[in-house]
Amino acid sequence: MTAKVDISFTLNGHLKKVSVPIDMSALTMLRDMLGMTGTKLACGEGECGACTILVDGVSLNSCLMYAAECDGRTVLTIEGLRTAAGLDPMQKAFVEKGAIQCGYCMPGMIMQAKYLADTKGKMTHEELQRGLEGNVCRCTGYKKVFDAVAAVVGVTE
Amino acid sequence: MEPIAKKSLIGQRVPKPDAPDKATGRTTYINDMVLPKMLYGKILHAGRPHALIKNIDVSAAKALPGVHAVLTAADVPEMFFGVGRDNRPLKGGKVRCVRDEVAAVAAESEELCDEALRLIKVEYEDLPAVFDPAEGAKEGAPLIHDNKPGNRSLAYQFKHGDVAAAEASSDVVIDSVFNVHYVTHCCMGTSCVIADFDCDGKLTIYSQTQYPYNFKMDLAPALGIHPGDIRVIQPPVGGAFGSKLDVYPFEPVCALLAQAARRPVKLTFSREEEFINAPTRQPVRIHMRTGAKKDGTLTFRKVDCLLNNGAYTSWGPTVPFVMMRTFSSHFRVPNVDIDCRAIYTNNPYAGSFRGYGNVQATYATSIHADMMAEKLGMDLLTFSLKNAQKSGEVTPQGARLNECVFAECLQKAADVTDFTAKHARYAAERNKPGRIKRGIGMASSIHNAGGAKIHKSDGCGTMIKLDDYARATVITGASEIGQGIDAVICQVVAEELGIPMSDITIVNNDSAIAPWDVGVHASRTTFIAGNAAQRAARKAREQMLNAASKRANMPADALDLREGWVVHDSDGTPVLKIDKLLREMHFSREPELVMVSEYYEPPSEPENKEHVGDMSAAYSHAVHVAEVEVDTETGEIRIVKFTSVQDVGRVINEMGLEAQLEGGIVMGIGYALSEELKIVNGQVRNPSFRDYKVLTAPEIPPMELHFIESHSSTGPMGAKGIAELPTIVPAPAIANAVYNAIGIRFFDPPMTPEKVARAIWERDSKLAAAE
Repeated sequence: MTAKVDISFTLNGHLKKVSVPIDMSALTMLRDMLGMTGTKLACGEGECGACTILVDGVSLNSCLMYAAECDGRTVLTIEGLRTAAGLDPMQKAFVEKGAIQCGYCMPGMIMQAKYLADTKGKMTHEELQRGLEGNVCRCTGYKKVFDAVAAVVGVTE
Repeated sequence: MEPIAKKSLIGQRVPKPDAPDKATGRTTYINDMVLPKMLYGKILHAGRPHALIKNIDVSAAKALPGVHAVLTAADVPEMFFGVGRDNRPLKGGKVRCVRDEVAAVAAESEELCDEALRLIKVEYEDLPAVFDPAEGAKEGAPLIHDNKPGNRSLAYQFKHGDVAAAEASSDVVIDSVFNVHYVTHCCMGTSCVIADFDCDGKLTIYSQTQYPYNFKMDLAPALGIHPGDIRVIQPPVGGAFGSKLDVYPFEPVCALLAQAARRPVKLTFSREEEFINAPTRQPVRIHMRTGAKKDGTLTFRKVDCLLNNGAYTSWGPTVPFVMMRTFSSHFRVPNVDIDCRAIYTNNPYAGSFRGYGNVQATYATSIHADMMAEKLGMDLLTFSLKNAQKSGEVTPQGARLNECVFAECLQKAADVTDFTAKHARYAAERNKPGRIKRGIGMASSIHNAGGAKIHKSDGCGTMIKLDDYARATVITGASEIGQGIDAVICQVVAEELGIPMSDITIVNNDSAIAPWDVGVHASRTTFIAGNAAQRAARKAREQMLNAASKRANMPADALDLREGWVVHDSDGTPVLKIDKLLREMHFSREPELVMVSEYYEPPSEPENKEHVGDMSAAYSHAVHVAEVEVDTETGEIRIVKFTSVQDVGRVINEMGLEAQLEGGIVMGIGYALSEELKIVNGQVRNPSFRDYKVLTAPEIPPMELHFIESHSSTGPMGAKGIAELPTIVPAPAIANAVYNAIGIRFFDPPMTPEKVARAIWERDSKLAAAE
């Protein structure tokens, strides 16, 4: 039996108290314990970015983070971006610019885009491309993703 | 009320209806699903290419608490399935490739499954193996299947005209061998299935399949149950790209586990399993000989293709169906002689993959066009235009090229890129000093764009009902796997019925509800399902206008449906709200509901035994131009600009169309530059995104897309199918550009930096030695 640790953290604005196995990833906790399946498992080894979440405002691969490391921190997942006022402007831009096809990578892509928008604001196209390099998408060819982020933050050539 | 002007939705930019749920994490993909009482399943794969199974001991696995079923071949009937009926869900006797499913477990968690698999002891006796099809075809080669002498799998031949005479009369002949490689789909959602049997032995299978109706037919023999006793539910999937066009062993294995455990079982691949066990694109050795007259007229193509079948036959070895079409119809080729054969080996096996053989064939035909133009001293545009078919021409295999705009596509692509002048300039600059060399390359191809009648039917059924509030439900056979048929169907139906797209619900994910469709393949869905939806909508429209005509006392053809109203067609004067009309129809003394159905079968024909037939209801062309920079020290290729010109028939959803083309082109660029599944001695050596390089955001070049609208007489609103050509044409366009830059041909993609740098170094070493 794996040892467990009690943690508490803020998930999408709500305080959560959970007891997690010490070797459980944050991704597994979110998906399997807390039912937050918006965050996707696609490689489990930090290569594709589908599991990207924001922890204290910083984007990271939740598959590489221990659940226990969430203790005392503020976690934002794709589910937390949508508020009573509706979709986040980034989510809306992804919809309206046609950036979503199968959509499996999009929760991670949108969280990374959100991180870029929050921390960098207006950026060059090259900075945008570099900023998204950890997020693999097999459907879109990324072009419509660039269009969506550009619509929110403004991107210069 | 103000008059309501006629506005069309066709050609607009329409977001996918399912995008908001996908953007917010609300969408429950199959990988996210959990059913009550559900168990998890896992498979023990052989991990060795060719071996006898001497003994399997599952006793320790069975004894593990929380394990509900452990299966080996000994526990299940010996059922064969697959395109070649040579595959079994669980292998007994011997294993033929690393993928082979030797045992499977169902348990209360995935961790328990892993633990149980570790407790299964298998004794193997390794056998001599063969990995190269040329070796596999030799006498005395290890035999993979006892009933397949010479390791022969599928074979295809097509002959037209007199190739020997054509060669004798040719002024120029070129001869090359192309080796196109293994790549894999890399769907972001890994392979996943949930199986659940009821007490009557009927199976409900939650599947990622992109062909739900044939899936039943193909799954049934693997389980020994009747296809009618299988219900296929299709939850949202994380990509498909052709990889879900067949039944693969994990699916019947999961069903067998569910049967044994009498509980629902979910089986999901890890990413590593996905790289090793999911299908690949079919690799092919293409030996092509092409002839032409001095004036540039193509005289013949003689093609010999050797396909590595791998251990079992999925759709991969059937790609000659499409390759032969390209060899015989990419340009006007009066004489062709094609011989293709697949040989079993102990490698993993290929399935279908976007482009389906045409990616492979076009690599050869488009590079040969460039080589031929150079040899003839012509520019590629002139050579291509000389051999481009015109509308009404019939290809040697019987494809009738109606609304053919190949020449327009070529001319446009050359004009917008300044192709001919740049090509000449870069070639002249090739041998000047400088580390970075620039090049421009053009490639083109033809593909079916009105379905493909490879089954007895290429049809699609559609039902439409309208409720008392003028909300429409469209029940269609067409699957949505991310490609965007949902938006297209909404547009087509809203256009006919004069209701907002947001008032349309699409139901298309349950084989017990939706009618027949062949599946998402062959660039067929907009064309076939679009036609079916339009015809069904027209029936509903006619019924509504007839009812309105009685109430308005005007002829039906003087009325139109616009923005929720019945209006005068001439000036848009509103007459009656559509929802009111529907209620009046429903609650009248002669009550009627609007609920219509349509089955659309395209006007195409299957190939005959000689592979002749007009198998698609439309064909289209694409021309791509890549402008590249090659770093002659590192071998890196940077695409400076990528231009695509494609005959799309007519634009329906401009945004969805762009998205399909951009995604397809990037997949094609990855095929050209970086993607390769490295299979060495039957083992997959790079089963991770770290070592298998798909393109990421920084590598995306500026893309310029041009649509030529040829207005197909058979397509919905004039549209043609579009989604495969963007993946088919990039690689040879890039290869031709690289040649233009550095003067080296690459017959064996991908053109990785290592390969390019080595080729430059070898060429320069030889030149230095000669001096």
